[in-house]
Amino acid sequence: MKMIVAIIQPYKLEEVKEALYAANINLITVSEVLGHGRQGGVAEIYRGNKETGNLLRKIRLEIAVNEDFVEKAIEAIQGSARTGEVGDGKIFIYDLAEVVRIRTGERGNEAIG
Amino acid sequence: MPALSPGNTAWVLVATALVMFMTMPALGMFYGGLVRKKNVLNTLMQCFITLALVSALWVAFGYSLAFSDGELIPGVLGDFKWAFLSGISPDSLSPYYVSDSAGRIPHLLFAMFQCMFAVITPALIIGAFAERMKFSAFLAFTVAWLFIVYVPLAHMVWSTNGWLNKLGVMDFAGGIVVHVNAGIAALVTALFIGRRRALKAFPPHNLPFTLIGSAMLWFGWFGFNAGSSLAADGLAASALVTTNTAAAVAAIVWAITDSIVNGKATILGVATGAVAGLAAITPAAGFVNVGGAFFIGAASSLICFFMVSFVKARLGYDDALDAFGCHGVGGLFGSLCTGLFADPAIWRAYGGGHAGLFFGNPRQFLVQALACAVSIALAFGGTLAILKVIDLFIGVRVDSKAEAMGLDITQHEERAYTVIE
Repeated sequence: MKMIVAIIQPYKLEEVKEALYAANINLITVSEVLGHGRQGGVAEIYRGNKETGNLLRKIRLEIAVNEDFVEKAIEAIQGSARTGEVGDGKIFIYDLAEVVRIRTGERGNEAIG
Repeated sequence: MPALSPGNTAWVLVATALVMFMTMPALGMFYGGLVRKKNVLNTLMQCFITLALVSALWVAFGYSLAFSDGELIPGVLGDFKWAFLSGISPDSLSPYYVSDSAGRIPHLLFAMFQCMFAVITPALIIGAFAERMKFSAFLAFTVAWLFIVYVPLAHMVWSTNGWLNKLGVMDFAGGIVVHVNAGIAALVTALFIGRRRALKAFPPHNLPFTLIGSAMLWFGWFGFNAGSSLAADGLAASALVTTNTAAAVAAIVWAITDSIVNGKATILGVATGAVAGLAAITPAAGFVNVGGAFFIGAASSLICFFMVSFVKARLGYDDALDAFGCHGVGGLFGSLCTGLFADPAIWRAYGGGHAGLFFGNPRQFLVQALACAVSIALAFGGTLAILKVIDLFIGVRVDSKAEAMGLDITQHEERAYTVIE
């Protein structure tokens, strides 16, 4: 089992969701986060003062999958979130030690999907 | 001999401020709450800048072209006699009156009261193209639409020289000139600009905004309708009664319909229902009795519910905030109902005998239908022509990346809300 965490551009969320659903990955958690990697930060203007270097808005996806879905999920995310410009984001993959479904007490591979 | 009436003047001064309040903040909040949070500033900005833009243009040329007694096109368009309100001094009396021919308001006040109607009409259309129109294209559209569509129709219906006015059309506060006109323009714009790109329907980002906006519209509508008697008299009170009653009944009926069809009475439902009822009672406000107001409120609510819940989904046009479904349909229905329910008893004390079909005057219904047809034709043709020209030179719609990022950051480089901090 793996935990996939992806940081993507907010405006790509709809396309990434569509790609994940198309790959039969329907269980995701989405949050709105701030941060930045190499991309410097967007400019916003307030009363004529241009403010740069602000933390950027990003979307963070968390997806727990069985081994056979790992590559499919990576392909779906990269295929839909990539624009080729700095700031497209990253995908992090961790080993997942255990999953428990609260309602039934199921564990591991059965609990994940 | 007409003379200035301080009482009437005081009331119309207040009513003018009430109608200004309807565009911004009321309509801005009503619409702003309905869009996604990445587009709320753009929506508020469109309402705000419309107030500024149309106010300036109205004083410059709009008022004169709509209401002057000299005519460039007889029956259709006035001339430049009152451009920049020249020739109208503070002590000039308004040549226009409704119920009180002896007690007039200042001519300058009439021009400004009308100004606020000219402001809100193009602002209503914003609901149709919300979340996907270029700001530059929007500005060009608003200016062109004011002069090509609004001004001629206002002249035809409200100027004493207008050909529909001479036929005896009844449009108390703008059901035809404001609501049918803007509603049809909204439908054309929604069809022309196309659907928003999104997976599915998304929830409004701030329903409290929308409900407060709806209540403020209701509040401002007292100026809109009761102010349209241009006098502080019984007719103003009668219009206030019908306006409030229709809004109330429409909200109740929408809540009941909602709970039968969808299982729950919703906040979005009562906010929408009240506005539909208000749009429908607008042309009828000073002509119908309380019974007429009950009927118009209830029926417009049912019809608009059906339009936005079923017909819109079936036909697939993306009238984002239901500018056509509420204002166009409600206004059309109310304008036709005026020809049915106008009760001559309302005008007995004011020297008129305005009667509808149910009070023995079938001709009135035909006049109302003709005026609606003229409004539909002008709004349809005019709006389409303006959009085609703008699309050729500027492009009407933002590109798909800008649409996905939101219009706040791409059109104005600002955001409404912070995430953390």
